[in-house]
Amino acid sequence: MPQGDYVELHQKRYGKRLDHEERKRKKDAREVKKKSTMAQKLIGLKGKMYAKQRYKEKVEMKRTIQQHSERNNKHKVDDNVAEGAMPAYLLDREQVARAKVLSNTIKQKRKEKAGKWEVPIPKVRPVAEDEMFKVLRSGKRKHKSWKRVITKATFVGENFTRKPPKYERFIRPTGMRMNKAHVTHPELKCTFQLQIIGIKKNPNGQMYTQLGVMTKGTIIEVNVSELGLVTPGGKVVWGKYAQVTNNPENDGCINAVLLV
Amino acid sequence: MAEEKVEGNVIAQLVTSDGESTGPQLDLPPDLTHEQLEALLNELLTNEEKVPYAFFVNDLELTGATELSSLIQDVSVESVLKIVYHPQALFRVRPVARCSSTMKGHTEAVLSVQFSPDGRHLASGSGDTTVRLWNLNTEGPDKTCQGHKNHVLVVSFSPDGKQLVSGSMDKDVRLWCPKTGKARGLLKGHREWITSLAWEPAHLAYPSRRVASASRDTTIKVWDTATNKCEFTLSGHAKAVSCVKWSGEGLIFSSSRDTMIHVWETGEGKLIRTLKGHGHWVNTMALSTEHALRTGPYDHNSREPPEDPEEAKQIARARYDELRGGRPERMVSGSDDFTMFLWEPNEDKKHLARMTGHVQLINQVQFSPNGQWIVSASFDKSVKLWDGATGKFITSFFGHIAPVYQVAWSADSRLILSGSKDSTLKIWEVRTRKLKMDLPGHEDEVYSVDWSPNGWRVCSGSKDRCLKIWRN
Repeated sequence: MPQGDYVELHQKRYGKRLDHEERKRKKDAREVKKKSTMAQKLIGLKGKMYAKQRYKEKVEMKRTIQQHSERNNKHKVDDNVAEGAMPAYLLDREQVARAKVLSNTIKQKRKEKAGKWEVPIPKVRPVAEDEMFKVLRSGKRKHKSWKRVITKATFVGENFTRKPPKYERFIRPTGMRMNKAHVTHPELKCTFQLQIIGIKKNPNGQMYTQLGVMTKGTIIEVNVSELGLVTPGGKVVWGKYAQVTNNPENDGCINAVLLV
Repeated sequence: MAEEKVEGNVIAQLVTSDGESTGPQLDLPPDLTHEQLEALLNELLTNEEKVPYAFFVNDLELTGATELSSLIQDVSVESVLKIVYHPQALFRVRPVARCSSTMKGHTEAVLSVQFSPDGRHLASGSGDTTVRLWNLNTEGPDKTCQGHKNHVLVVSFSPDGKQLVSGSMDKDVRLWCPKTGKARGLLKGHREWITSLAWEPAHLAYPSRRVASASRDTTIKVWDTATNKCEFTLSGHAKAVSCVKWSGEGLIFSSSRDTMIHVWETGEGKLIRTLKGHGHWVNTMALSTEHALRTGPYDHNSREPPEDPEEAKQIARARYDELRGGRPERMVSGSDDFTMFLWEPNEDKKHLARMTGHVQLINQVQFSPNGQWIVSASFDKSVKLWDGATGKFITSFFGHIAPVYQVAWSADSRLILSGSKDSTLKIWEVRTRKLKMDLPGHEDEVYSVDWSPNGWRVCSGSKDRCLKIWRN
């Protein structure tokens, strides 16, 4: 039998004081002030503990209020209409990589003329000549040094015929020749292995473009006929430009991003 | 092998497309041309107005350039040569050749376009949740109907041209007034998005009152547009309903992804028969009388029908009966199993013909307005032409470089329009079986095409958010 129930016992026997309710209301009203003075007064560990407890209480209270007002809350209408509307006959169908038409052929041609491209990698590290070429010493005594071996990945066209080796100034090693690139379509977010058609521009210089050197940032032309892209005229696009995004000479493969 | 030249005259019998003989057996010279035969037939039938005809010998067409003798294969003096004739439309639709305007306004892909039966109004439903009405005289935007909360997938004019109904991804069907663009009503009840809509034909009810809506929730609901209440729900399919048609005999056909086609009666909504045959999703259906059902009392001149509803109903009935021509209505269905079936669903649950040839799923089939041909659009990039009566393969039209989404006929049944994923529209000529016109211009996939019932305009809606009007 607990010993501290004498107040309850007294109330049971004789009833509450006549002004009990009034006093209780006032006490409750003062409680907040009291709590806040406590919160300000307590310092150290006690203060920390008190703050934590008060925080918990407040969270609990807020949650309860929210639960009660759930019914009256104004809910936002589901107006988030999904992007990419499709007709009824295409819904529920597995969609293959979609054909995106070239934005505007004329615009593209104009850009091409100006030689300006909005490219994913706008700035490239300049490659110095001694990094690009290795001097190959020739002659019987190896004292001539006018031959150069290219140390980067190159693209050599299919119908390329070597010059007589005696007069060949630039040697493109067969081990570094590449004719396929892994091209990522930025909108479809998927990658295809595509045939390289040619080198459009090497930012390091006109000479490298002509030699077919592929370094990071080089713009190459790839065969995209597999992707099923179409022009506004309804023709299949087969050549499109892509920019090399890796260092092919280090990786042994070419990764590129399609320019759309 | 040398061509065997026919000597002497040929004994021939002119036969209608239904197999009935016309006139006596004729003794025809072998160098008879198309015009001469046409004149002869007009004389035989005592037509007051000269009607153009197409003649077929052993399914080969007698055209203007060829002579009768070139079509005859086995020369026999004793057998009677059967020449089948089909009456052609008196009017000609000129092939569209240019884009007369590009109508911008929608802020998302245009999912469906439809001309009103009189060809004076145009409505489009889009992914931007609006239905738009376009002014065809100025070829500009007219009214915007807002109300739907999600992509508007289908729009459909009633055959009397006085109501427009749209079905949306938000599971609702809404009614609009095509003149003012005001909302007429909201039909709520489906639990999934709406895939297809069909109005009750004008010769059964004029003005149009009832509309059937098919939904992905496997049911079809028939609504009364006067009270905006659901009359009854047709449930029986196991998977999403892909297409619904209201036949001229007052039955509802519904095709579903559970490979079945159900035939319903429209008084109380009882299931009458089930057409089985397909092995995969059924995507689409078309009726041989669909042109008459769609246009109701309006003919190709788009004249206003009489005020009196009874009279207009009579006109619609006459147009329907003429197109049906004594034979029961035929229905063709196209499916994901790459085949099509030709049915007479009013009579029988057995199919007339199974049409194979496509190597990808069939997305849309359309009967020509005179019911003589069927054209099918498939994801195998081809459009194929079939005989509308027997389902025999006629020819393929190659030229698109991506799946063909939709096809439409010109009102005179002489030209076919196809819209494709490759962003172009193409016009094919039935007589020469060749590409008539290539219509590039859209910047993205063409989702929807329609040829106006009076033949003046073609409209196409595309993913590039534009509608284009094409004219000759």
